[in-house]
Amino acid sequence: MDFSSFNAALLIASLMVAATPVLLAAIGELVVERAGVLNLGVEGMMITGAICGFAVAVNTGSPMLGFVGAAAGSLVLSLLFALLTQLALANQVASGLSLTLFGLGLSSLIGQSYGGQKPPRAYRLDIPGISDIPFFGRAFLQHDMMVYVSLALVAGVWALLKYTRAGLILRAVGENHDAAHALGYKVITIRILAIAFGGACAGLGGAYLSLVRVPQWTDGMTAGAGWIALAIVVFASWKPWRALIGAYLFGGITVLQLNFQAAGVAVPVQLLSMSPYVITILVLVVISARSSGAGAAPASLGRLFHAGR
Amino acid sequence: MKRRTLLAGVTTALGLGLAVGPALAQDKPKIGFVYVGPVNDGGWSQHHHEAAMAMKAHFGDAVEVVEQASVPEGADAERVLTQMALGGADLIFTTSFGYMEPTIDVAKKFPKVKFEHATGYKTAPNVGVYSARFYEGRAIEGFLAGHMTKSNKIGYIGSFPIPEVIRGINSSFIHAQKVNPDVEISVIWISTWFDPAKEADATQALLDQGVDVVLAHTDSTAPLAVLKEKGGLGFGQAADMYEYAPEPRISSIIDEWAPYYIKRVQAVIDGTWESDNTWDGIGAGMVGIGEITGPVPDDVKAEAMKMKDDIASGAYHPFTGPLNKQDGSPWLAEGEVADDGTLAGMNFYVQGITGSIPN
Amino acid sequence: MIKLEKRRQPSQAWSYATPVLAVLATMFFGGLLFAFLGESPFAAIKTIFWDPLFSEFSFYYRPQLMVKAAPLVLIAVGLSLGFKAGIWNIGAEGQYILGAICGAAVGLALYPLDAWYVFPLMVIAGALGGMLWALIPALLKVRFGTNEILVSLMLVYVAEQLLASMALGPLRNPEGYGFPGSRNLDEYPSATSWILEDAGIHWGTVAALLAVVFAFVLLTRHMTGFHIRLTGDAPRAARFAGVNPGRLTVFSLGLSGLFAGLAGLFEVAGPAGQITIDFNSGYGFTAIIVAFLGRLNPIGILLAGFLLALTYIGGEIAQNQLGLPAAAIQVFQGMLLFFLLAFDLLTNYRIRLTLRETA
Repeated sequence: MDFSSFNAALLIASLMVAATPVLLAAIGELVVERAGVLNLGVEGMMITGAICGFAVAVNTGSPMLGFVGAAAGSLVLSLLFALLTQLALANQVASGLSLTLFGLGLSSLIGQSYGGQKPPRAYRLDIPGISDIPFFGRAFLQHDMMVYVSLALVAGVWALLKYTRAGLILRAVGENHDAAHALGYKVITIRILAIAFGGACAGLGGAYLSLVRVPQWTDGMTAGAGWIALAIVVFASWKPWRALIGAYLFGGITVLQLNFQAAGVAVPVQLLSMSPYVITILVLVVISARSSGAGAAPASLGRLFHAGR
Repeated sequence: MKRRTLLAGVTTALGLGLAVGPALAQDKPKIGFVYVGPVNDGGWSQHHHEAAMAMKAHFGDAVEVVEQASVPEGADAERVLTQMALGGADLIFTTSFGYMEPTIDVAKKFPKVKFEHATGYKTAPNVGVYSARFYEGRAIEGFLAGHMTKSNKIGYIGSFPIPEVIRGINSSFIHAQKVNPDVEISVIWISTWFDPAKEADATQALLDQGVDVVLAHTDSTAPLAVLKEKGGLGFGQAADMYEYAPEPRISSIIDEWAPYYIKRVQAVIDGTWESDNTWDGIGAGMVGIGEITGPVPDDVKAEAMKMKDDIASGAYHPFTGPLNKQDGSPWLAEGEVADDGTLAGMNFYVQGITGSIPN
Repeated sequence: MIKLEKRRQPSQAWSYATPVLAVLATMFFGGLLFAFLGESPFAAIKTIFWDPLFSEFSFYYRPQLMVKAAPLVLIAVGLSLGFKAGIWNIGAEGQYILGAICGAAVGLALYPLDAWYVFPLMVIAGALGGMLWALIPALLKVRFGTNEILVSLMLVYVAEQLLASMALGPLRNPEGYGFPGSRNLDEYPSATSWILEDAGIHWGTVAALLAVVFAFVLLTRHMTGFHIRLTGDAPRAARFAGVNPGRLTVFSLGLSGLFAGLAGLFEVAGPAGQITIDFNSGYGFTAIIVAFLGRLNPIGILLAGFLLALTYIGGEIAQNQLGLPAAAIQVFQGMLLFFLLAFDLLTNYRIRLTLRETA
């Protein structure tokens, strides 16, 4: 085997780009699940974000506005899920799956006239002198802004959950909604806010695909990224920094697999592609086997809450 | 067995539909098209759709066109085809390899409806197949890639290890090597015809490995979009993709289905349609070569155009000996030309390509 | 101020009225959508809901409704038993794939043997494949307390990759010129699941009806059914009543996996005909929706399965005849699901309008 053609800095740079869409979506879903809600509509929200972001960016010429539009579009879609599950008390699994179906159709309808168009270029970090530092600069400091936004979001969510009162309430709602309600917290309001945040993040992730990583609009272009984001949340056992590791691991396996092929190394593609999911299951087993609560799923995850009884 | 005896019953059951279909067709033939992707995919399906529209424009009001896009291969395709046949279609083009079995199945039940299946190998009295000799275009791309690479590494993004893709890889490599003996080819299999994100990642991986000219055998424009962003040269695939000219797109292979569609529809109108097995290339106009643009020097352009003309006239065949297989065993002797049978089932690399074909 | 009050008993009247209301609301808003797209809303709605049942070609569409509904009903009935007990198998798609792979593998291994026992062996293999795949999350839950929602979902992706490697590798048609995909089981009479193809009846249709009867009897007449209902309504009470939660988990996950595996086998040996890379078309996920639309009631699931099949077939006709984009049909289906889910509120809750909330 000849590894001379492997350039670690380039690999790291590529994997960060490949991981960013799923990381953005995962960090949003993590907050949603921490609040005790399971939204399986991530794929639908991502693809809606991809087209909303693309359309806004093309029409305004500003990628920044594009990302804002993406977040807004997916947020609106996620409110539909909130309406169903929090106010109409519908089942979360079925509502989430319906949301994905709806989002895929909606995005394709909106996107009918956007095929073949090119979005404006996203702003890229370039600090004279610093971005050119050998290895470190190439690997970490020459990305577009959203890569850093995703990292900032991870840090922000971590700090929010760990150090703030809002984070404490959010976790309380996710662990035991009846107790949280008894303590006077507005369970439904908090969950709606979490769902909206998750929607906005999924939208950013989708727009990252259509504006930066691919960059173009095509029907169904998320191609399952939303489902990977769901897997990452589980892999991370609902902890923000582990979500970062998970996303980079999933991204890293993809990038490495492709690089191995390009370097002429025969790799069992399917075996490698399924390995992150198998690892996720193993992680899940380990945390549920050793823990009496710590690191396991939020106790109220996916369960129905109705205050008036 | 069970199936055979049923067939008679099916035809009687569908008699009503058949009686209606041709009756309507007497004045105005109805032509159906089934696509595997959306009609705005920027590549394969879009190009079939545009060719269908060109055919419609050619005949004007004399024909009626029905289309259905994003039809999954398998059981759903069978139903969509039956619907079209019941709806009175006289000729149906099924434009993806995965429609082969459904097309054959439905054709059995509608012996009076004609079918044309793209890129397959199963025919029937009312099922013809058509495909293009894309490897002729790949020869020209390989030639340009061999000239233009500075790192002596060219890349190829393949979908599945099927003969059509392997022919493309071999043809590209042979002609790149002819002008540049040091050239190497890196192949990435991504197990899909259409997944822009994956195509983009594969392009990035090739660039990371030092490749500077990328040939894609997948459907989207994502590889060109990445090349535009990161540097490197590439080609339009299926469509001209001229929006990426003059750089990174330096030429393209264009699927020219429209002339064939016009010809076959005309045959239906004239009542002369017969099942055929068409495999046409540059000469017959089924494979087009997009304008050579960008940084390609004029003498290279001229040479490439001459090669195109020679292939078109039949003076030159892209698989002409001496050629050895990857393991060094002789394949074609000096001056010998590959026969269509070997090409149709090609499952080996030529000498000089490293790496192996999966499975 | 709007207030929700939980009913002591779900309202019988509303449980019948809400699906009708939901369909009407979807027709109204869907009609607006179609009008916005420049289509006549009345024609579109009629095409989707009326034409598959009563149009000129309904002799073909009615059987197709059965073909489309059968796997949905079969899987959904299995899932509903677990859902009732609060055991969430959302990986039916994976179990469906495994059933198809295992069943088809047996059939392909015996090809071209002509014997009566070929198909029964395939059925057993398919059922076992689906069941074993579902027992993974079941045993992990019982042994380690692992969340079955997440494990069963993860296993869907593993199954999809397994399917791709099977279609490209061991199960590939040896006479298929290297193209991915297995032999066409439709052309292997001993292995086909069709009983009466014209009438849309294959063993999966029969199994779906049997499953409905089985679930109905189980839930109303059998101890296990009582335990399931009790565990769902009052888990603590169930424990006092001597329900073993571990055994119930294994039973309901295993059974739903078995049903999903059977659905996959019947599909691959009948309507689909062959194992291909993307053989699975989402039945496993759609069945979850069907289970909820049917209010987890066997008869309700049967009706919900047909309703959804109707929108699929009608949607295809609308695309074909009216030229509606596939996306519009998807959005329309999404609306229907939203309304059905949202209106269910009225069954379980009473809406009170009060002028002021009393503290």
